[in-house]
Amino acid sequence: MPFGLLRFGMSRRYPEPRMFRCPDRLKPHYDAVIIGAGGHGLAAAYYLARDHGIREVAVLEKSYLGAGGTGRNTAIIRSNYLTAEGVRFYDESLRLFHDLSADLDLNLFYSRRGHFTLAHSDATLRTMRWRAEVNKHLGVDSELVGPEVIRRECPQLDLSCGGHTPVLGALYHPPGAIARHDAVAWGYGRAASQRGVEIHQQTEVTGIRVQGGQVAGVETNRGFVETGKVLSAVAGYTPAVMEMVGVRTPLEVHPLQACVSEPLKPWLDTIIVSANLHLYVSQSSRGELVMGAALDPYELHSTRSTLDFVEGLAGHLLELFPFLGQVRVLRQWAGLADMTPDFSPIMGKTPVEGLYLDAGWGTWGFKATPVCGKTMAHTLATDRPHPLIVPFRLSRFDEFDLVGEKGAASVGH
Amino acid sequence: MKLMRCPVNGWRPVQEFSYGGTVRPMPPPGECSDRQWADYVFHRSGAAAVKKEWWCHLASGVWFIAERNTSTDEILRTYLYGEDDHHE
Ligand SMILES: Cc1cc2nc3c(=O)[nH]c(=O)nc-3n(C[C@H](O)[C@H](O)[C@H](O)COP(=O)(O)OP(=O)(O)OC[C@H]3O[C@@H](n4cnc5c(N)ncnc54)[C@H](O)[C@@H]3O)c2cc1C
Repeated sequence: MPFGLLRFGMSRRYPEPRMFRCPDRLKPHYDAVIIGAGGHGLAAAYYLARDHGIREVAVLEKSYLGAGGTGRNTAIIRSNYLTAEGVRFYDESLRLFHDLSADLDLNLFYSRRGHFTLAHSDATLRTMRWRAEVNKHLGVDSELVGPEVIRRECPQLDLSCGGHTPVLGALYHPPGAIARHDAVAWGYGRAASQRGVEIHQQTEVTGIRVQGGQVAGVETNRGFVETGKVLSAVAGYTPAVMEMVGVRTPLEVHPLQACVSEPLKPWLDTIIVSANLHLYVSQSSRGELVMGAALDPYELHSTRSTLDFVEGLAGHLLELFPFLGQVRVLRQWAGLADMTPDFSPIMGKTPVEGLYLDAGWGTWGFKATPVCGKTMAHTLATDRPHPLIVPFRLSRFDEFDLVGEKGAASVGH
Repeated sequence: MKLMRCPVNGWRPVQEFSYGGTVRPMPPPGECSDRQWADYVFHRSGAAAVKKEWWCHLASGVWFIAERNTSTDEILRTYLYGEDDHHE
């Protein structure tokens, strides 16, 4: 290495810029503690500081920033859900994404692609027509299209699927997009840190202290921290955290796997989902095909990968795109999905005063990062659930008042 | 390939089995409150643990119980319902 370069690297005048401060000590007290430095926790911290002036906030992360679903998802953003509650909520998130790069001063590589959910059966077509009508009624750009439109937008697709399960039509959602998931977490983390929020990695919450039904603080592997407000934003780890205070939830954790191919020249600019074939694929800005499938079939709290998954996925991918036969898989991985019975999230207050919950993000929570941050910050600051999240309250299960999103969220995350 | 032991058919690939959820005692439907019923229908002990689960061997339709560690995926025991005293 040239000596000049070494001197430059070591010079104090050009320190390596850091995305966020790493304070070496926890304070004894914070106004609010957020468990989990995924996108949701960091976004909530940012909006607490920016919109509500609550800056004495610590985000505690047992691993590293973005270690959970935030750094493992396939980054699909859309709002063509099935229920009015869901559509309104996710569409607000899409709106927030539009100027988020400018807001956070970081290129999130937000890329509008157009999202096709293919139907290979009459039953699927029927749910799609239903979804399209709900979407249009609420002002979301979404329509049922026939094979001609699919052929025009994605000519590489074999609409006959080798004669096996021909594509009959699709739900087309032009605003469907992808973004760089890590950048979303880093952007929120940096912007929160600049407003005084502390991010503590390698800090695991091991207990929540409750006095007289009210949160008093959290126990961590680095000692006790006093606070009156705690937000649990730990997605796949929620059951363990809620069991610390004896609150029961309907969450069941399953792994969700994904993989990418070696980089190819850009050829696929739409997002293609097939619920019948249990498959979805898009091409990232560096040329890799990003692919995923349905949830693993049984409860497991492990991020192991399986050959079964890539085998099944590759088989189905070749039905849609037979010319990919020689393309190699570059990496595969998994994340934990905290599944709810109705495929909607759980957000808002809990039976413990001062403990707020943002969970039930299953396979669909990345797209909701901005709106979750905003609505949970509002809920923490005012101690009242934001109107957009009232339908997602934990008590809906005791009231048999579910928000059924399965038709729109089971494969197309 | 991951294998699981069906109490009737012996060791088979795990793909031949279907998961039926954790074994949970049902409150008496006629007598319990709506709240208790909702708790039974929806809520779970969702954290990782060694759990007793329903599994079905699809090819033969045999339902049985498996004790499985849900953080390591290790299957500790399988046996027919009601036969849990008979250790292997
Ligand atoms: C393979 C895959 C593909 C997906 N694809 C999509 C998609 O295309 N579109 C979409 O919208 N969604 C998708 N999702 C879902 C999405 O990734 C998640 O819903 C979302 O990332 C959840 O974000 P979060 O911030 O709530 O939680 P996470 O990002 O999971 O963060 C939770 C954090 O909490 C930390 N933590 C846990 N317990 C503790 C503790 N006791 N103390 C301190 N810290 C703790 C964890 O280490 C973790 O960093 C996908 C998920 C997977 C796995």
